[in-house]
Amino acid sequence: MSHETLSTILFLVFVALTLAITFWASRNTKSAADFYAGGRSFSGLQNGLAIGGDYMSAASFLGIAGIIALSGYDGFLYSIGFLVAWLVALLLVAELMRNSGKYTMADVLAFRMSPRPVRTAAGVSTIVVSIFYLLAQMVGAGALVGLLLGVHSQAGKIWTIIAVGLLMIIYVVFGGMKGTTWVQIVKAVMLMVGAALITLLVLGKFGFNLSGLLGDAATQSGKGDAFLNAGLKYGTAAQGTWGKIDLISLGLALVLGTAGLPHVLIRFYTVPTARDARKSVLWGIGIIGVFYLLTLVLGFGAAALVGSKTIAAADKAGNTAAPLLAQKVGQDIFGDVGGTVLLAVIAAVAFATILAVVAGLTLASSSSFAHDLYAHVFKRGAATERQEVVVARVAAFVIGAVAIALSIFAQSLNVAFLVSLAFAVAASGNLPAILYSLFWKRFNTAGAVSAIYGGLISAVVLVIFSPVVSGAPTAMFPDADFHLIPLSNPGIFSIPIGFLCGYLGTILSKEYNASKYAEIEVRSLTGLGAEQATGH
Amino acid sequence: MTVQHDPSVYERIQAGEQFQELRRRYRSWAFPMTIAFLVWYLLYVVLSGFARGFMGTKLFGNINVALVFGVLQFVSTFLIAWAYSRHAAAKLDPIADELRDGTESRDEVGEGAK
Repeated sequence: MSHETLSTILFLVFVALTLAITFWASRNTKSAADFYAGGRSFSGLQNGLAIGGDYMSAASFLGIAGIIALSGYDGFLYSIGFLVAWLVALLLVAELMRNSGKYTMADVLAFRMSPRPVRTAAGVSTIVVSIFYLLAQMVGAGALVGLLLGVHSQAGKIWTIIAVGLLMIIYVVFGGMKGTTWVQIVKAVMLMVGAALITLLVLGKFGFNLSGLLGDAATQSGKGDAFLNAGLKYGTAAQGTWGKIDLISLGLALVLGTAGLPHVLIRFYTVPTARDARKSVLWGIGIIGVFYLLTLVLGFGAAALVGSKTIAAADKAGNTAAPLLAQKVGQDIFGDVGGTVLLAVIAAVAFATILAVVAGLTLASSSSFAHDLYAHVFKRGAATERQEVVVARVAAFVIGAVAIALSIFAQSLNVAFLVSLAFAVAASGNLPAILYSLFWKRFNTAGAVSAIYGGLISAVVLVIFSPVVSGAPTAMFPDADFHLIPLSNPGIFSIPIGFLCGYLGTILSKEYNASKYAEIEVRSLTGLGAEQATGH
Repeated sequence: MTVQHDPSVYERIQAGEQFQELRRRYRSWAFPMTIAFLVWYLLYVVLSGFARGFMGTKLFGNINVALVFGVLQFVSTFLIAWAYSRHAAAKLDPIADELRDGTESRDEVGEGAK
């Protein structure tokens, strides 16, 4: 049997299992709290796994391993930003959000503000961030099927995007938060087991001598010691000082973006108490941290055992580094059959990874559409729970369909930058609004609206005029050139702009509600009046 | 289901000494620690950009400063997360529980499911 057939079978087993979970979840999804927040009945460990499943995208599994395999140390820089970011979520956001919100990020932002403008801004930002992220994942899925299953035709890629899109729509429409969470838990376990297995085999080949592994990686890469240091991908010598500032800008967006990503934030509502939210982030940090340490070994292992040249020949971005490594160590240790099996396993895990992440994104955006825009902006809070859930399901279908269409349109474009753009928007618009809401007494409607739009617009505009959109061979539109700024990552400008807009908007408006601030402050720190779990 | 409290309940608690102590304990731990780990992380990123000679110094075998510094970011993240959970369980949770349970049991005003 070829690895393509075996991968497809394994993947279909995953799809069958997750569809079974989805239909079980759909029978237990009745109220709005079930659909949006899984009845708030997940344990800290379950939600911690789901956080890992939601967060460890194909970009971080295949992408980071690939960057390390081709450019060495720079891939590690990426993963450190992704991990440290969780401390912002743990210390400042998770518990307080759980105590003061209900279903969406906007619940916290609109708590003491005029609801319509704030919910509109938060809804727009949620949908924009989620769609950016979604597009990058779905276009990536189309490219991956070519690499992993040997489907290179245009039609094959388009059908893959459609299939991924339809599955994610089914998970969300029928399973709601319950189904999506279980899909993420299953995926997180598969990904951790798969990555740990390959890591052990790789380390075993080097007699658990990390220094030996690094030495071979440096030699095989053809770049020597530079391979073990920063600077082959980000802030290279050729890019000069701007390149190094770009690296810092990326680092800022990664570390501050996570705690402002809507699909991450709504995970805190799925547990019964703030203490469980804390536990789930602790589990999440443990799982995500171990995972990134595994990808470090996978990336350097791929460079050492497969060789950077072979990896670059298979895919310019190095996305097949981890699967090729799985095949190589499988072959070396268990023979040809072993190689085929391991490659198939890792390919199936990669697809499971994409599905779990896109489902989380679709859920976050459809929840925000139904709860923020439909129920509170259009209906001014007069919608029934039942209507809200129906609208959320329809929205999931529509957003899924739009994402499929946009991904098909964008599949020949280089849209990998959309992931870091999503982080930059979350760090520049959402995070200032969240932190000010929770901690600044004087904060008001004008401040919240200015922070969100200021951060969102400045990040997007800076990226439109950056080399990732035009004026470079790797740009989204390589043949056009309207770039004005030498930075690919807007964070270093847009994050301060977001915070500043929030500050100025606030002090230029007289609005201020002391009693609502007392409520959110007491509620966020004590859990008094917080939403309770629904029992079944 | 949510218990709706009269707004004045929150203002009364907020003004109380116990809540002010909870707020002080939370902020005086979380805020300086956030600044500390952000500075520690930015130091790492800035050195990765501007001090590559130093980062490339080999310590033992092929293990260089850059790798050790990166792994230390993981270690510090795990330690800070663990320290926060200890701090929260010992210093924050007892006061939060007391304020919440005390208020919920003797709260006669504005009760009712949403």
